[in-house]
Amino acid sequence: MSDVFLTVLLTLDATFRVSTPLIIAAMAGLFAERAGVVDIGLEGKMLAAAFAAASVSAVVGSPWAGLGVAMLVSCGLAMLHGFATITHRGDQVVSGIAINILVAGLSVILGLAWFHQGGLTPALDNDSRFLSITLPFVDQLAFIPVLGPLYKELISGHNILVYLAFAIVPIVWWVVYRTRFGLRLRAVGENPTAVDTAGLSVVKLRYKALLIGGVLCGIAGTYIAIAHNAQFTRDMTAGQGYIALAALIFGKWRPLTVMLACLLFGFLDALAVRLQGVALPGIGEIPVQVIEATPYLLTVILLAGFIGRATPPKASGIAYVKER
Amino acid sequence: MTMTDTFAIELIDIDKRFGAVHANNKVCLQVKQGNIHGIVGENGAGKSTLMSILYGFYQADAGQIKVLGQSHTFTDSHQAIAAGIGMVHQHFMLVENFTVLENVILGSEGGALLANGMAAARKELTRLADVYGLKVDLDATIDSLPVGLQQRVEILKALYKGAKILILDEPTGVLTPQETEELFRIFDALKQQGVTIMLITHKLREIISVTDQVSVMRAGQMVAHRDTCDTSREELAKLMVGRKVLLQVNKKAANVRAPLMKVKRLCVADDQGVMRLNDVSFELRAGEVLGVAGVSGNGQTQLLEALSGIINMTSGSVEVLGFTMDAKNPITPDKMRQIGLAHVPEDRHRMGLITHFSASESALLGYHTDPKINSGIWLNKNRVEDNCKALMSAFDVRPADPHLKSANFSGGNQQKLILAREMERNPDVLLIGQPTRGVDIGAIEFIHQRIIDMRDAGKAVLLVSVELDEIMSVSDRIIVLCDGQITGRIDASDADEKTLGMMMANALDPIDPLKTMDDQLASTQQASAQENQV
Amino acid sequence: MNRDTRIAWINRLLLPLLNIITAFAVTAVVFWLIDVNPIEAAQVLLYGAFGYEEGIGYTIYYATNFIFTGLAVAVAFHAGLFNIGGEGQAYLGGLGAGLAILLLDPSLSAWVFIPASIIGALFFGGLWALIPAYLQAYRGSHIVITTIMFNFLAASLMVYIMVHVLRETGQMTPQSELFPTNAWMPFVHDVAAGFGYSIEASPLNMSVLLALVCAVLVWFFLWHTRWGYAIRATGKNGSAAVYSGIKPKRIIIVAMCISGALAGLVSVNELVGYQHRLIMDFHLGYGFGGIAVALMGRKHPIGIIMAAVLFGILYQGGAELAFEMSNISRDIVVVMQGLVILFCGALEYMYRPWLIRTLAPVKQAAASQEVATEVGA
Repeated sequence: MSDVFLTVLLTLDATFRVSTPLIIAAMAGLFAERAGVVDIGLEGKMLAAAFAAASVSAVVGSPWAGLGVAMLVSCGLAMLHGFATITHRGDQVVSGIAINILVAGLSVILGLAWFHQGGLTPALDNDSRFLSITLPFVDQLAFIPVLGPLYKELISGHNILVYLAFAIVPIVWWVVYRTRFGLRLRAVGENPTAVDTAGLSVVKLRYKALLIGGVLCGIAGTYIAIAHNAQFTRDMTAGQGYIALAALIFGKWRPLTVMLACLLFGFLDALAVRLQGVALPGIGEIPVQVIEATPYLLTVILLAGFIGRATPPKASGIAYVKER
Repeated sequence: MTMTDTFAIELIDIDKRFGAVHANNKVCLQVKQGNIHGIVGENGAGKSTLMSILYGFYQADAGQIKVLGQSHTFTDSHQAIAAGIGMVHQHFMLVENFTVLENVILGSEGGALLANGMAAARKELTRLADVYGLKVDLDATIDSLPVGLQQRVEILKALYKGAKILILDEPTGVLTPQETEELFRIFDALKQQGVTIMLITHKLREIISVTDQVSVMRAGQMVAHRDTCDTSREELAKLMVGRKVLLQVNKKAANVRAPLMKVKRLCVADDQGVMRLNDVSFELRAGEVLGVAGVSGNGQTQLLEALSGIINMTSGSVEVLGFTMDAKNPITPDKMRQIGLAHVPEDRHRMGLITHFSASESALLGYHTDPKINSGIWLNKNRVEDNCKALMSAFDVRPADPHLKSANFSGGNQQKLILAREMERNPDVLLIGQPTRGVDIGAIEFIHQRIIDMRDAGKAVLLVSVELDEIMSVSDRIIVLCDGQITGRIDASDADEKTLGMMMANALDPIDPLKTMDDQLASTQQASAQENQV
Repeated sequence: MNRDTRIAWINRLLLPLLNIITAFAVTAVVFWLIDVNPIEAAQVLLYGAFGYEEGIGYTIYYATNFIFTGLAVAVAFHAGLFNIGGEGQAYLGGLGAGLAILLLDPSLSAWVFIPASIIGALFFGGLWALIPAYLQAYRGSHIVITTIMFNFLAASLMVYIMVHVLRETGQMTPQSELFPTNAWMPFVHDVAAGFGYSIEASPLNMSVLLALVCAVLVWFFLWHTRWGYAIRATGKNGSAAVYSGIKPKRIIIVAMCISGALAGLVSVNELVGYQHRLIMDFHLGYGFGGIAVALMGRKHPIGIIMAAVLFGILYQGGAELAFEMSNISRDIVVVMQGLVILFCGALEYMYRPWLIRTLAPVKQAAASQEVATEVGA
């Protein structure tokens, strides 16, 4: 009994760890797409941030410096996306793909030239990483049945960025639905002309949204490189940007449901690891690939309208042109 | 200086170009405070551009803007709003999934957090609604409101932002006469509160009935200013087009024969399930032009698209040229063409041609499977070009260059190319929507004559137009659509604007806003004209 | 030259050229960042690509893949669709080609095997594009997102099949058994030897001919048949296409299936032509590379062939570069692809306003003259 309980706890614990970058990146995508800019480039921005964080942290020895530079780099790419799609009205999908491919190549090329480790960055010691934090009273509360272990295994023992991810979600919700900026953000993604005629700058609003997205992708990438792992490796985001995008759609562009979608996808990932080579009674061994493919499959099914409808912000994907 | 001498708006030598188009050429305008000032002109005369400049949406290349005596340069709408200008656009600038309240406060939320601003706005809007008679549910989402109320939200929005000068761009285009009357009542309330109104329209009747002054634009220039009491519709029309309008089409009596199309109880619902056409029945006979009148957006588009097979009907049936189409047995647009039904769409850029394609490829639209143009699997380029050249010479399309990109032809020539494509194959039934929209006068006469020629050749023509003059002069019989239903049937010889107007409003009872307007008109016509050239 | 002709020249020649130059210039900056002399690097690169026969063979061999995926992306583009799923479609094409060969009797002749493998590749690649196409046409899901998802689904599916179904018995590596030699696409050096010419051995095989045939067919299909007309009409103006009686749903299906089938042919070059067995990840990068090739080649087969050769040069020359210089790896090609997609795609019109202002300004006097006469009439 307690073994099963512990297994469940550890799986959920892993879920939190795996979901963290998804949640932060999906929130980044939420800002962009709510403002009417499709952001396929989450993957690239995270990868760039991961590389920047690992490199700077390796050289300087401070994870916070790594985080700072990662955010700067990610914001730079977000601005590039803005320059192409907002200023020059280029295709948003093409621009996003360009960023992803560019970063995939550049991170390896620069890593190789700077660190001479075949494209990796140096392995980091603990001082250069974000480490787990043990919350107070863990041991004192351990004797309480159910809640004690829950607190110890699930709630405590994560690094600061995990807690940050879960703190960001309600903040995003509040910003989007309760502030002036949020109102304008939602409006510009639905009807940019209305925003323009209200005397507001569509361009500025969209840049701002991308900038916030850049900061968030910076955090997500940092987490992957120097909190969840201890160095940068080639293509280490491994499609998590796309999963975040899928979660954004699956959660219908609403912060809380998007977080739940990220947790679901994270859970599937954690489950895949745990079920590797385990034969389930009555079913037998479930191929890992099936579980890995589930998030993508679910998103495809949702998009096809078989389980509800996902309607994106009306103006997303379309460059804003003042009509003549 | 007394109140009446202060100008709410003064525009001095405003100049604006879009590429090679000189949209505004040294335009001057003075609008007195507290007045309703009309600006008339044909489509493309530069009215909307001028207002967009005044509203800070575009920047003028040269010229000066004075608001309430103060010089301003507006680089965005925000500055124009701050100077007291509000604008109600032709296409409403509303976020459809927002509530009325959210829409109104967008851009002037009163602080970084919404809660306080929303409460204050609610109070202020309730007050404004009382003062001006602008009642609307503040918590309704826009997409749940009818068009007339959406327009009210636009006016509220402008007033909430402190507009002292209100610009309305073609505000009645989408309204029924009742809604129009309601709008004009709001104008009165606004005027009494000292609000200056600028009314942009091409409907002369409205100008005469509600404005104090009127200015006329033509081809980017301001050509005349009048006090409304000193002018007439005829004079304004003359000023707008620059020469006497000849809308009488030469035609002999129709030789009507058997019906070629029978429409029975046709219903069409849109994606949202709203009935856009409701129980429409009529016959279209060989040798006649049947006109379909109505305020735009009352089901005309759906009628054309359903009859040509582009959209599916919900119920009812259509018998056309020996074939029957109903909800279960649709006939596709390509099949329609094969059996002899041609369709000139209302919007040539959206449907009529492909602006990126060369003229010869656009001239192929709908006929690319024609064996005469294909040799086996090969689309024969020579025959494609010959086809285009033949069409161009038949309808005098200029320049007669099949290689030129479709986008590079003028509106009139694009329209002629489409008409040629659809008419030169001698269809038995021709559906034709807004044939002269955005077309110059010379081409209009040509197009009308071609339609009459078709009818005289024993073909059946269904003519959909929002221009009543066009409907009355070209058609033999007229049906009127209002809210997706046929609200009137009349012979063209018996039709006048008043009767059609009543039918378009579905108001067969004697309360007739247009009648009172006409009385006003009669009394003002005696006054002599006085030129106010720029 | 009048203004319209000048603008046409700007759009057709100057702008694409400037975009490519910009992409190269930024690549040079990257070289400078990693302390590599760009000119020296270019020399090594060109030597690797053209300096010896084997290098040339490799260059064209890589270019063949890019022709396939470039055409694939371009066909979808012409229908107004962005097919990001080239990766997955190429991968599945490999499964089709592999199954066609592995399921047939090994004693059959090449005349059976090679057409069968081509058909297998076409069919499976097309099928993997058909599902997203169907979902876009009939269920309204966005093709960009669905094709992205299908890349990942393809990866999972192939891992499963390679590990659990097709793995060569007794081997740890997830790869199929070797194809029978009858099923190998002939190498160009072998064919040349048959005609008495001696060329150094390279992976270059007869698939390159298939690629060129595909380029001609795509050109003919798009611009000289009614179906191509329908595809281009749908891509440029969907409502006008509906008005004309074209059925956009059918166009989406047809265009995507052709697109996917073309992407699937990568496997003919890679597996039937060179690896001679079904292996993992043979397709990596070609699907995305196809986007760069299609954009750089202006979606026209001739442009695509030229762009594909350029990327072939970079691929092969990049390998030489990595060999010669320790500071650099072949990933520089990926950087280049990203930059090409950025400057020839997303920032395609960046220079346009400036070019038009400087080279084809509006003649103010003439324009006001026109208006004046209009008004006076």
